[in-house]
Amino acid sequence: MNRDELRKVVLEELSGIAPDIDLTSFDDSANLQDEYDLDSMDALNLAAAVHKRLGVNIPDQDYARMHCVAELIDYLEQRL
Amino acid sequence: MSANLPDYEQFCRDFSWDRARRELAWMGNGQLNIAFEALDKHMHTDAAERTAIRFLARDSETPVDISYRALNQRANRFANVLQDLGVKPGERVYGLSHRIPDLYAAVLGTLKHGCVFTPLFPAFGPEPVRQRVEIGEPAVLVTSKRLYQKKVADWVVDKPSVRHVLLIDELDEAPEGTLDAAALMDAASGDYATRAMDPEAPALMHFTSGTTGKPKGVLHVHAAVVTHHMTGRYVLDMHPGEIYWCTADPGWVTGTSYGIIAPLTNGVTMVVDEAEFDAERWYRIIQNQKVALWYTAPTAIRMLIKLGPELPRAHDLSSLRFMASVGEPLNPEAVIWGQKVLGRPFHDNWWQSETGGIMISNYAALEVRPGSMGKPIPGVEAAVARRTEDGIELIDEPNETGELVLKKGWPSMFRGYLHQEEKYRSCFVGDWYLTGDLARRDADGYFWFIGRNDDVIKSSGHLIGPFEVESVLLEHPAVAEVGVIGVPDEVAGESVKAFVSLKPGYHPDEALRKELMALARKRLGPAVAPRDIAFRDELPRTRSGKIMRRLLRARELGLPEGDTSTLEGTGE
Repeated sequence: MNRDELRKVVLEELSGIAPDIDLTSFDDSANLQDEYDLDSMDALNLAAAVHKRLGVNIPDQDYARMHCVAELIDYLEQRL
Repeated sequence: MSANLPDYEQFCRDFSWDRARRELAWMGNGQLNIAFEALDKHMHTDAAERTAIRFLARDSETPVDISYRALNQRANRFANVLQDLGVKPGERVYGLSHRIPDLYAAVLGTLKHGCVFTPLFPAFGPEPVRQRVEIGEPAVLVTSKRLYQKKVADWVVDKPSVRHVLLIDELDEAPEGTLDAAALMDAASGDYATRAMDPEAPALMHFTSGTTGKPKGVLHVHAAVVTHHMTGRYVLDMHPGEIYWCTADPGWVTGTSYGIIAPLTNGVTMVVDEAEFDAERWYRIIQNQKVALWYTAPTAIRMLIKLGPELPRAHDLSSLRFMASVGEPLNPEAVIWGQKVLGRPFHDNWWQSETGGIMISNYAALEVRPGSMGKPIPGVEAAVARRTEDGIELIDEPNETGELVLKKGWPSMFRGYLHQEEKYRSCFVGDWYLTGDLARRDADGYFWFIGRNDDVIKSSGHLIGPFEVESVLLEHPAVAEVGVIGVPDEVAGESVKAFVSLKPGYHPDEALRKELMALARKRLGPAVAPRDIAFRDELPRTRSGKIMRRLLRARELGLPEGDTSTLEGTGE
């Protein structure tokens, strides 16, 4: 799976949790909490959804370090 | 360090609220002011130069220290701004802001000027904010530019009560219709004679959610500071000069009573972190700031537990002396985890917006019973009761479940629901306040939380009224009926789930589900919006047409359905 495909999957899962986010003008490097109003419960749910979809388990202590979609994609890219 | 309350039984016997009142400074003629107890009283003592707020900005962990003297002066400046704008004592000032130092100055300046402060949670969407402004009609809204533009600008012009919108963050230019409050404060005088208030004068109004109808404005008076100060000292065991960190946001009652008032009246140094929950940062803060007293919430603790023991073990957390938790019952495993991994147990406690301060708690000097909310604070009588046809009946036998009730008369008891006198009166039977929470008391006098007596949802420690959520979903043209319930969640306690039936011609599919989720999140914000929406052909209703949330919940969780005699289509 290349980076573009990975991004598509992550954004699909993100929109399942927070469909209020407008994906057409999405900024991968924007902080998900500050810019897109995700709270910590949303963040946990996103990690679980990505795990289910891609089979990549993100240990919580790793996930806690990711604040934007670009960081999440970087992480997944190394593990797929 | 010895505990301020070394012997619970003895202390309860010796305690009286008069004695607690004498621990405050007062302003003469039986008058007082919460802000005077928090700030002014320290000005002629060593505490004036002590750090009141140790502020950690979101993108930096280099602390900015603000002394009691500096905070007092900044609060004075805010009080002068209100005065100059013609805001009168008794008028309401709302705060909707992230955790920045000027928010604290605004709260305290509002109280100094004799106005009533109402905190709003910055993660609310525009709808809860608008609704609370409509109910309470504040004269002033204190907020930030970003929150103003996202949540307020669209509707505030239609709310004539709001005479001033004050933006307290650093601004290049204030948008039309707002004022740059930071600049106004810079220009105002740092001297202000804090108003001496009658103990029964209104000081704070907190919003809380009920099962039906709109949120309720819970009114508190200046005398509430007697409870704040006393519980800070004897329950949270604050000693002057200690480093204290309350992680609750000042947009809720905990973040006001114990994130602003009690720590300041007790002369501790409070850590204020602008950032949202981040486990690694939290452990670093405890380590680097040498936090001694830590007051946090079950949801945060459960998230820390999920992240495993490696993170805490990689940090030096030996400064922690006393840890407490509030918001929803803390599961026994979390108390034990604290002991095992952090070397200290969490002391769970219980209270609500209506009680204004901690009512039932575990104490430094008492054995902690994991899973129990503890014993009543000195001066408060708690009992378990069942409702009867003509009132209530106290239950004396141990371990019987009933409604938790409190004997009237503690200083921070609420004095009303704004504009809802009848609803206020219905909370009392004789001398007892009915909390709406179900509990049991064991043979040793420890109380155990069982659940809510109504349909109110408790998620991440916040009360969410199902009606508020249902109303927003019902605005969607496809939606015929909605029932909103809380479903168990291992981290948040409960999470919000909506059941929706559709009007003819609409089909339940993923696109529509997302559309409804998006609507709810945009209007309500993530803290209140449902995390899950399920479609149903029809929802269980009573014959009078009310959605039976209790039945929805029983079906969802596979519980016994209980009495369904009033269910539509059954019975006669």
